[in-house]
Amino acid sequence: MHQSFLQYRGKRYLWIGLALCVVAVLAYGWHAPLSPPNGGTWLGYTLGTIGALLILWLTALGVRKRSYSSTLGTVQGWVSAHVYLGLALLIVATLHTGFQFGWNVHTLAYVLMVFVIGSGLFGVVMYLRFPEAMSSNRSGQTRAQMLQEIADLDQRALRIAANLPAPFAEAIGSNRDRTAVGGSALAILRATDASQVSLAGEDGVVRLQANPAQRAILDWLGRELARSTDAERTRRVDELVNLMAARRTLLRRIVQDARNVAWLQLWLYVHVPVTFALLGALVAHVVSVFLYW
Amino acid sequence: MPGVSDKLKIAIVGAGPGGLSSAARAAELGVSHVLLEQSPAHANTIQKYQKGKHVMAEPNVLPLRSPLDFQAGTREAILAEWERGLAKHSVNIRYGAEVVAISGQRPDFTLKLKNGEQLQAETVVFAIGMQGNPRRLGIPGEDLPCVQNTLDDPAEFTGETIVVVGAGDAAIENAVALAKQNTVYILNRSAEFARVKEGNLNLILKSIEEGKVGCFYNAACVSLTATPDGEKPYSLVLNTEQGEAVVPCNRIVARIGAIPPRKFVESCGIKFPSPDPAALPVLSERYESSVPGMYVIGALAGYPLIKQAMNQGYEVTETILGREVEPADEPLLAEKFSRLPYRKSVGQTLALMQQRIPLFTEVNALVFRELMLGSKVHTPAAGEAIFRKNDYTNSFYTIVDGSVEIELVAESGESRRIPLGTGQFFGEMSLLSGRRRSGTVYAGKDCVLIESPRRDILKLMNSDDSVRKVVDRLFIARAIQTGFAPGTPFAELEPVAARAELKRYRKGETLFAEGEEADRLLLIRSGSVSISRRVGEHEVVISYVAAGNYVGEMGLLGKTRRNATVRATVPTEVVSLDAEAFGELLQRNPGLRGEVESTMQKRFASNSRMQGSSESGDMISFLIKQGLGEATDLLLIDETLCVGCDNCETACAETHGGTSRLDRAAGPTFANVHVPTSCRHCEDPHCMRECPPDAIRRAPNGEVYIQDNCIGCGNCERNCPYGVIHMAYAPEPKPGLASWLLFGAGPGPGDVHAKGHVDGHAHGHAHDGKPKAPKKAVKCDMCKDQSGGPACVRACPTGAALRVSPEAFVEFISESAVER
Ligand SMILES: Cc1cc2nc3c(=O)[nH]c(=O)nc-3n(C[C@H](O)[C@H](O)[C@H](O)COP(=O)(O)OP(=O)(O)OC[C@H]3O[C@@H](n4cnc5c(N)ncnc54)[C@H](O)[C@@H]3O)c2cc1C
Ligand code: HEM
Ligand code: SF4
Ligand code: SF4
Repeated sequence: MHQSFLQYRGKRYLWIGLALCVVAVLAYGWHAPLSPPNGGTWLGYTLGTIGALLILWLTALGVRKRSYSSTLGTVQGWVSAHVYLGLALLIVATLHTGFQFGWNVHTLAYVLMVFVIGSGLFGVVMYLRFPEAMSSNRSGQTRAQMLQEIADLDQRALRIAANLPAPFAEAIGSNRDRTAVGGSALAILRATDASQVSLAGEDGVVRLQANPAQRAILDWLGRELARSTDAERTRRVDELVNLMAARRTLLRRIVQDARNVAWLQLWLYVHVPVTFALLGALVAHVVSVFLYW
Repeated sequence: MPGVSDKLKIAIVGAGPGGLSSAARAAELGVSHVLLEQSPAHANTIQKYQKGKHVMAEPNVLPLRSPLDFQAGTREAILAEWERGLAKHSVNIRYGAEVVAISGQRPDFTLKLKNGEQLQAETVVFAIGMQGNPRRLGIPGEDLPCVQNTLDDPAEFTGETIVVVGAGDAAIENAVALAKQNTVYILNRSAEFARVKEGNLNLILKSIEEGKVGCFYNAACVSLTATPDGEKPYSLVLNTEQGEAVVPCNRIVARIGAIPPRKFVESCGIKFPSPDPAALPVLSERYESSVPGMYVIGALAGYPLIKQAMNQGYEVTETILGREVEPADEPLLAEKFSRLPYRKSVGQTLALMQQRIPLFTEVNALVFRELMLGSKVHTPAAGEAIFRKNDYTNSFYTIVDGSVEIELVAESGESRRIPLGTGQFFGEMSLLSGRRRSGTVYAGKDCVLIESPRRDILKLMNSDDSVRKVVDRLFIARAIQTGFAPGTPFAELEPVAARAELKRYRKGETLFAEGEEADRLLLIRSGSVSISRRVGEHEVVISYVAAGNYVGEMGLLGKTRRNATVRATVPTEVVSLDAEAFGELLQRNPGLRGEVESTMQKRFASNSRMQGSSESGDMISFLIKQGLGEATDLLLIDETLCVGCDNCETACAETHGGTSRLDRAAGPTFANVHVPTSCRHCEDPHCMRECPPDAIRRAPNGEVYIQDNCIGCGNCERNCPYGVIHMAYAPEPKPGLASWLLFGAGPGPGDVHAKGHVDGHAHGHAHDGKPKAPKKAVKCDMCKDQSGGPACVRACPTGAALRVSPEAFVEFISESAVER
């Protein structure tokens, strides 16, 4: 029933893209220019024009995506075409160069284009890989709900800790305040957990310590639990252990979720800015070609 | 002020807009009167609106006729204006005067007040509205000032201990809101929270589990006493499972519903045409009830808007004084009738219509007038299509003049035209089933039609049993004709139709069970059913059948036991045909057997596939819980494709004034199919019920949408079980389509409100006191005004968002069952 953008309309644009490639390759093989192949032959011009138009049209996806009342196809159809024709562009543009590369603005445009195409391909892979993982990791909850649940857990834990000696409230409170996950893109992708917690040591001195994956506080609570001799106190500490364990699970899911989302979006931060660089380089390329002509 | 023994000309019960206007007119004319109001202030219903609510003066076209002024404005301004009016005309209003009994007839009525006082009057005007009286705790101490039935602003209370009595949506919402800054207990008479919205159920269970709200299950109040020296000012004694409990508290919020006024009204002798709770009292054209001299106006009479109530108040006083009044709506009707080829007065035209259309002949003149007010008169050109097959419209047509032809197309492609003449009606099939039109109707020559909206016809059917019977009978005959005997003339089907029975089932009720004797075939007229079979220990849902189809055919073709269980997924009505009647149909239509057999075969194949795949069955069960059983269109998101870009939400907001009507992330998920919070476009939309201006309509393509005449009362928000309606301010001007490409380059055009969908409960108050545009209800309209279909689906880059009809979806699941 649902159909992915790769399958859209029986992969119509895959076939169109392939056809474009085949025609380009055949023309390239059949066309034996006097000078070594380059952009200056009639085939070179043709391929170059097609490539430039393709680039402009590929960029236009950003416009179509935001024209919400547009009836010019669906965004899904556009993305499907974008992917397949974008890949075909690699062939078209490469043939257009006639494999003549150098340290110049022409090759710069080509390299940027390859970057954009490469990042696009990477994006498609992400789009195929992450949604399912993201959905199962969330298990039906939204991020906001998970965060709310953590806040609720903390509140309950604080209420219980209020009936225990002071270090417990200190531990739970500081754990809440000093939970630090995410941050920079790198931290999100690596799922770094820089959380800290203030725990009372054997000597009774409270020290701030690293608490990745809630490990420190759980260990500490476990120790307190083992030591407790009073039944009521044991019950309370046990409850805290349960709450913090639930907190750990949620936190892990949130970190994982942020990571999933990052993988799904980060590549676009390369794809789009480099597109603009490409457009710049493309203009320079075209202008310089006509000037030197 | 007249003494107690003086007989008054008019006693008016209830000082809402209707009563106020009636009393003000009496006062203006210097007639002896009294206006009795149970509460300590006038217009209790309006007093209870949210603070600052913008009250609307619908219907706009209706002129106001009252000594009191009424224009759209804030609740406060309107109440103050009426208060001035009361003083200006020296209306004899008595507050805190609840009428508990009325006896007698014109000109000798005795009204008994709660405090035991008695009043004599020649005539009585009943204007007590439909709000009813809040149910009371029924315990000693229930009158103490700490007991309240409403909660305007939960933030008003802090640090108190509050007991919320009740287990409905209102009680839950109040308890959870109060728990933010108070110690709250909720008192539930039974062992669970049944019959509440799923969102509220989760909310309260979570709050209880987390200890935010304390809950007493299976508990009842015993008594309430003031304890001035105790730790809290009051103390509530409860009877709980563990025995008696005492709760010291500051406040009790009793949300145990309201007693509908009908019982009281009936106790005064006023007759209702049927036991249906939606029935309205029997009234004459001049609002006189079955008790001579006793008049009923306003919401209680079936006119749910302020302006209507006020106009009637004026008219009823005039009528009582023997003055001829032309109803305020006369010009509206005159305008409506102006296109008719007759040169007659409004009254004459109405009479002519009633006389020509047998269905309406017996209907009381007031009710018919009201029906016509809501209806449209059409004079289509010959050959014009009135509606087309598969349209989703649900209005009802009667033929005043000329004729029409109904074109029915059989599955074989063969089409036939059935003529209908003056006095007959059509359109009842979609009206009653909420399904698409089953045929196309073409106008004949010089044809005059009345098109009546669904709500008005349902109201009529509820209050006039004779109309209901006629429509039901014809529905059955036509359903049989379309379903089983397209070739048979209508008249010949009458005997078969007469044998058929109309049955109603509640949600979840069993129509028949596996193993039972199979002796009848059921044609589903509205609602839908699930089919399930026992597989080992479990019952597995194997299919879903929508209205307009039949179930139970297997038995009638020779097999004797039911091989599956059929349950109603939503309130469902079926036409039940016994073996004999069906046999007769088989005789009349030799092709029928083959048709039924082929349907059966198809079902067999799909059933056995589904039986082997419990996952598909679970999927159907899951979706039935999400409203599949009554949906016409569901938004489903495939979580294996959704990248979470929220372009769907942005697209919705962008095409609908800045507020998204869908919340993608919210909502349940099963096996990678996610049902976001978005309208299901129900066949029998819950939201339509109780919409005072009848602002919620269904468009030809099935979209349930809200018109501009919404008055923002919030009834629909409360009534929708899927939490997809919310109240929102009219859109604010938005930034242009600038800086669209670079990420993070300022708020994009869609971002301002894209996340502005409200979390389901928009008990918002007008902030900062600034007058804002009125809040109105917003919901998905399936982009009916956009070309190209729903923007959410069109904007999804990966193909994850999809809108489907439930049938298509079930078919898809059962077809792919083997592959799974
Ligand atoms: C939230 C909400 C918003 C609404 N917004 C609008 C709007 O914007 N515009 C609009 O036109 N309509 C609106 N309506 C509808 C409108 O309020 C009603 O149509 C209107 O109030 C009906 O007037 P009424 O006089 O028939 O009855 P009511 O206004 O209900 O008045 C009945 C009065 O009778 C009193 N009473 C009841 N029983 C007794 C008794 N036994 N003895 C003595 N007194 C008694 C009650 O206390 C009450 O004051 C809204 C309704 C709601 C619920
Ligand atoms: C020179 C070639 C290309 C250019 C100029 C280009 C440009 C763009 C632009 C401007 C966008 C819009 C981003 C946004 O506004 O959100 C986009 C999106 C995208 N591109 Fe490309 N692209 C190119 C090639 C490719 C290729 C080859 C692929 C895949 C193989 C690809 C895959 C995508 C995908 C998957 C999206 C995201 C769609 C979405 O989620 O809305 N692109 N591209
Ligand atoms: S708003 Fe709610 S009740 Fe109304 S049609 Fe949509 S889902 Fe059904
Ligand atoms: S659409 Fe909803 S809020 Fe608006 S008037 Fe109707 S029921 Fe009330």
